[in-house]
Amino acid sequence: MASTLVQSRPNGNDGLPSLDVDAFSDAFLADPFPTHAMLRDAGAVVWLPRYGIWSVARHAEVSAALNDWSRFRSGSGVGLANFARETPWRTPSLVLERDPPEHTRARAVLQRILSPAAMKRLRATFMAAAETLVGEVLARGTIDAVPDLAEAFPLSVFPDALGIGREGREHILPFANVVFNAFGPDNHLRRSALAEAAPHIAWVAEQCERATTSGFGAEIHEAAKTGAIAQDEAPLLIRSLFSAGVDTTVNGLAAALHCLARSPAQWAALRADPSLARAAFEEAVRLESPVQTFFRTTVSDVEFAGTTIPAQSKLLMFLGAANRDPRRWDAPDDYVITRQTTGHVGFGAGIHMCVGQLIARLEGECLLAVLARAVETIEPAGPPVRRLNNTLRGLKSLPVRLTPARNATR
Amino acid sequence: MASITFVQPDGSRSSVEVAPGTTIMQAATAHGVQGIVAECGGNAMCATCHVYVDPLFLDRLQAATEDEDALLDGAAAPRQPGSRLGCQVAVTNALDGLVVTMPDCQV
Repeated sequence: MASTLVQSRPNGNDGLPSLDVDAFSDAFLADPFPTHAMLRDAGAVVWLPRYGIWSVARHAEVSAALNDWSRFRSGSGVGLANFARETPWRTPSLVLERDPPEHTRARAVLQRILSPAAMKRLRATFMAAAETLVGEVLARGTIDAVPDLAEAFPLSVFPDALGIGREGREHILPFANVVFNAFGPDNHLRRSALAEAAPHIAWVAEQCERATTSGFGAEIHEAAKTGAIAQDEAPLLIRSLFSAGVDTTVNGLAAALHCLARSPAQWAALRADPSLARAAFEEAVRLESPVQTFFRTTVSDVEFAGTTIPAQSKLLMFLGAANRDPRRWDAPDDYVITRQTTGHVGFGAGIHMCVGQLIARLEGECLLAVLARAVETIEPAGPPVRRLNNTLRGLKSLPVRLTPARNATR
Repeated sequence: MASITFVQPDGSRSSVEVAPGTTIMQAATAHGVQGIVAECGGNAMCATCHVYVDPLFLDRLQAATEDEDALLDGAAAPRQPGSRLGCQVAVTNALDGLVVTMPDCQV
């Protein structure tokens, strides 16, 4: 029988804060911040009857849950679906959707490939690519900063670093869009993403199988040869780089460019000291949180922040809300590039913390540093347009006007 | 409480008192001591809380893990015998008076 009744609080939790909000509706995704404040103020743990899930939105609890992998598991999926009860839409990730000890082995392979030492080797190439790109857009003056910078830059460096061919790269962003929409509920975003997913999935699968001769892909295949991971695991591990390696960075860069275009004082500060480029990117990741949410699953009853969360519960962690929690941050809604951002959860935290965080930062630093030296002003040239996604906070369009620096120190 | 003295590359010094169990990274960031970036927040992933521990204290520290060892190879400033990641060294009463020097860069 169809019912419009809102589910009551789970048994034995009469005093539990509960909010009837849809954290995956278009209205919420377009502007989640007022609801984030309600969620944080409602309590340390809040029941969301719409989906029958538990949630945390304060920095302390989000951070604690992220750092507590043994009680808040990833192996049953980090989206709304509980893999213990529902069949996943794809083969689960070897890292994102696994717990130790299996997670540890695969994670170590990626962490070594994406280590600080590896970043040192990429820096000069990334910097040169940023110089080329910024030179091109500056000649045009008014641009759409999403396709022309935020997408163009990662697409100009990451697929090469991964070691894939030039054909078919247009599948990369739509593929990631599917993956991140699929973490959400069965809403129109998830349905339309999955309906159009087949060609993107097929292309990515083909790239993952191919033994590339250089780059991260080749290193992962090499790790399989040495036995660090199983032979048949290599393609799946490469898939993680397609899922999480580009779209997230695109949204981080778009967020930074949006913040800087809106904040002339912060742009001036960056112009005056381009060594703040990395910090300017980091602060944008905190403020806008390109990855807004992830789920965990309990495997036994968990006592957490004064609440008993029963076994097989889904816990939704609002990373974006934690990153603007006034309990943790001064002036949380302000973009301040000199802020001490250590402890933000924009890249997650704990054993599943973004394994590509260093390459994301390197891309952010290179692009923003080159812009800071070559560009006098970056100003809005039209209203930005959001791209709604069940997990990602991003922009589809960001028209800006760039004025070249008079004495560009290139 | 245990005291840690931070020495900046220019030789200036500052000391903080922290509870045992606090890491060098946490002590520096909580007290606004310059020179530690700690991008990954203490997850041993970024090597931006690199410090040089005074040789007098080295034998009182737990050995670096394989992960920390690999990260130190990629640190921005040159690796030295006293190189450690600040997030991986927690102070104990036995480390009271610990002296660490900041490298001249973290990224």
